[in-house]
Amino acid sequence: MVRREGLLSRAAGHNIQLHRRISNYVALGLITTAALIVTAPLFLILGTVIYNGVGGLSLDFFTHSPKPPGEPGGGMANAIVGSLMILGIASLIGLPLGVGSGVYLAEYGRDKYGNIVRFTADVLNGVPSIVMGIAAYALVVLIQGHFSMLAGSIALGIMMIPIIARTTEEVLLLVPHTIREAALGLGIPQWRTVVSVVLPSAMSGVVTGIMLAFARIAGETAPLLFTALGNQFWNLDVNRPTAAMPLQIYVYALSAYDDWHQLAWTGALVLIGIIVITTVFFRFATSRGVKEAG
Amino acid sequence: MEAQGQIQIQDLNAWFGTTQALYNINLEILPKHTTAIIGPSGCGKSTFVRCINRMHETLPNTRVSGKVQIAELDVYGKGVSPVWVRRRVGMVFQKANPFPTMSIYDNVAAGLKLNGYSNRHELDKIVERSLRQAALWEEVKDYLKKKSGASLSGGQQQRLCIARALAVEPDVLLMDEPASALDPISTAKIEDLIFDLKQQYTVVIVTHNMQQAARVAEYTAFFLMGNLVEFDKTEKMFTKPSDKRTEDYITGRFG
Repeated sequence: MVRREGLLSRAAGHNIQLHRRISNYVALGLITTAALIVTAPLFLILGTVIYNGVGGLSLDFFTHSPKPPGEPGGGMANAIVGSLMILGIASLIGLPLGVGSGVYLAEYGRDKYGNIVRFTADVLNGVPSIVMGIAAYALVVLIQGHFSMLAGSIALGIMMIPIIARTTEEVLLLVPHTIREAALGLGIPQWRTVVSVVLPSAMSGVVTGIMLAFARIAGETAPLLFTALGNQFWNLDVNRPTAAMPLQIYVYALSAYDDWHQLAWTGALVLIGIIVITTVFFRFATSRGVKEAG
Repeated sequence: MEAQGQIQIQDLNAWFGTTQALYNINLEILPKHTTAIIGPSGCGKSTFVRCINRMHETLPNTRVSGKVQIAELDVYGKGVSPVWVRRRVGMVFQKANPFPTMSIYDNVAAGLKLNGYSNRHELDKIVERSLRQAALWEEVKDYLKKKSGASLSGGQQQRLCIARALAVEPDVLLMDEPASALDPISTAKIEDLIFDLKQQYTVVIVTHNMQQAARVAEYTAFFLMGNLVEFDKTEKMFTKPSDKRTEDYITGRFG
């Protein structure tokens, strides 16, 4: 009796093992496929942009402003500089306000007012970017009376705020409470604790949030349509319409000329390049300091 | 007579939300002595020491009533800032908590530097003195500014935290189970240290470990369920406790 039970359960066990092995392979196959499907578009996009864009890379691209269609040698120098200025001014708005409100939410915002701010930030994050452009149009362009670099920067800067604020809040909350207690226990005021102890401990996470926001707005076209407008010529004046890479890419891609199509592809490649280089640079620049060990 | 570092506690009550953690504690802690706080988990011993330097109120929904007096300073007095209190009352926590982004030197100097003190020459001297007091100087003197505080071993980190607390020259040093996460050798080092520290500081140490209380403290207070059951010379507490509950606890009948 005992022996038969043993045999039976052993036989059943064998079946179960086989069954488990098969379902394991099936599940593994499914999730691997899902992972491949997720990464495929990224590589397809990168591949296409590089394939089509590399051919147009030349010194002229970085040093000349656009030329009329058919005339060889035009570039996007004015749009590159315009984009960098817009992103710079947008960061001047988005970075302090985003980090500041993130710190507020994490360190002081455990109350009703904090919840309102948190909810508002989430809603702001969900506002379509074209709406942000219209808002900047109504608030800046109409008041100034003309399109301007400033209006575009404000639209993009406001888009940065909720992204930076929420990631800053999240990474600050990951800093162990014991670190805060150590600082408070030394008689260090709370604001100083946050600035000199908590924030540095979470710096790499805060930088990640800033870079996410930066990468997000660097490619935004819609908010610039009614604000920075675009410009075929050089402009360094914040109060005047300005060329920006996404706008230039948009215009060139929709044009009927082959050499403008080429410029659009190359522009897309350079824009991705600028985002990657900026991200890597800031990550490197902020990762120095005392090495942390286990 | 109010001597430097003497702590008087009158009718101290503390709450977490609606749960009361301490009931009418009255206690006088002698200056330049070590007082151990013992009792089972959850009896309020950590809350008690955290009320002395107003750390209790840094947790959400907490409340304190009663009086704590450190020498001439009325800790919960009107207009007294918790920041001032904590500069005079150092604290060492259960788990070593060095600042992870700072070097060993900056960890020790943090209490001064972050309060605006910037005399480099003096800071160097204070850092050395504090590390010597914490018996850590010899082990770290060669890489004070090169290594992070977090790169030290657990026992070294805890001594670093003691040095950090001593650097601001407090009158009182509160220790909340400072050795409970350490191995016996590191524990012995910390205990030796406590023995030396009481020459200059009033030390209040929370401990689970009754042998530790017996080794380091002249006075011991026994807490149970938020009440102070007995407070006396350590020797008397461990040989002839006057309360039955103390006797039950130290003989291991509960807790």
